[in-house]
Amino acid sequence: MENRLRVLRAERSWSQQDLAEKLEVSRQSVNAIETGKYDPSLPLAFRIAELFGLAIEEIFVSPASRSSRAI
Amino acid sequence: MVARTPAWIRYNIRIVWLSLVYSAFLIFAVYGFKHGMVGGPASYVVAILPALPIIGIFAAIGRYLVEEQDEYVRMLMVRQTLWASGFTLSLATIWGFLDNFQLVGHIDGYWIVVVWFFGLGIGAIVNKLTLGAAGC
Repeated sequence: MENRLRVLRAERSWSQQDLAEKLEVSRQSVNAIETGKYDPSLPLAFRIAELFGLAIEEIFVSPASRSSRAI
Repeated sequence: MVARTPAWIRYNIRIVWLSLVYSAFLIFAVYGFKHGMVGGPASYVVAILPALPIIGIFAAIGRYLVEEQDEYVRMLMVRQTLWASGFTLSLATIWGFLDNFQLVGHIDGYWIVVVWFFGLGIGAIVNKLTLGAAGC
């Protein structure tokens, strides 16, 4: 799933490892989510959103909205 | 390389112990049968002994999936076990028909387990190629 995680992390000068430690997940998890290879569960998506103080939809791009924009 | 999560470390410790127990049981069983030290109903117990730690490894994998808190790392292992199971069942089915039509020789059933563990390796390669991380 497309997302703004890398940008949000860069704005705070956090490394993937820094973010992984804050979320209590592995660095591989952060990398997989950032690159869109893995879609986080709803609880993890909420943890990410709460960490950045944003709503989930401000971080993750809904696949439905992307396809509707394409139309 | 998979993340060294606490669950992963516990899993590896269990695997090492079970492997040691397997080696001990296998040596004991082979020695016992080779030297005619077991007989009667006890021979069934001794013959099954090496299988128990292998079953323990399956349980350890299940325990790991329950204990792993990192959902992405857990998914990697789930994918590995699915690949291993699919690969093993497919190979067993093919071999079964070939065997049925007497085109190949009969093989011992425990080779299924060896193939399944090999399948875990295939799953790790698929993970690496598709997701960039192998898993366990």
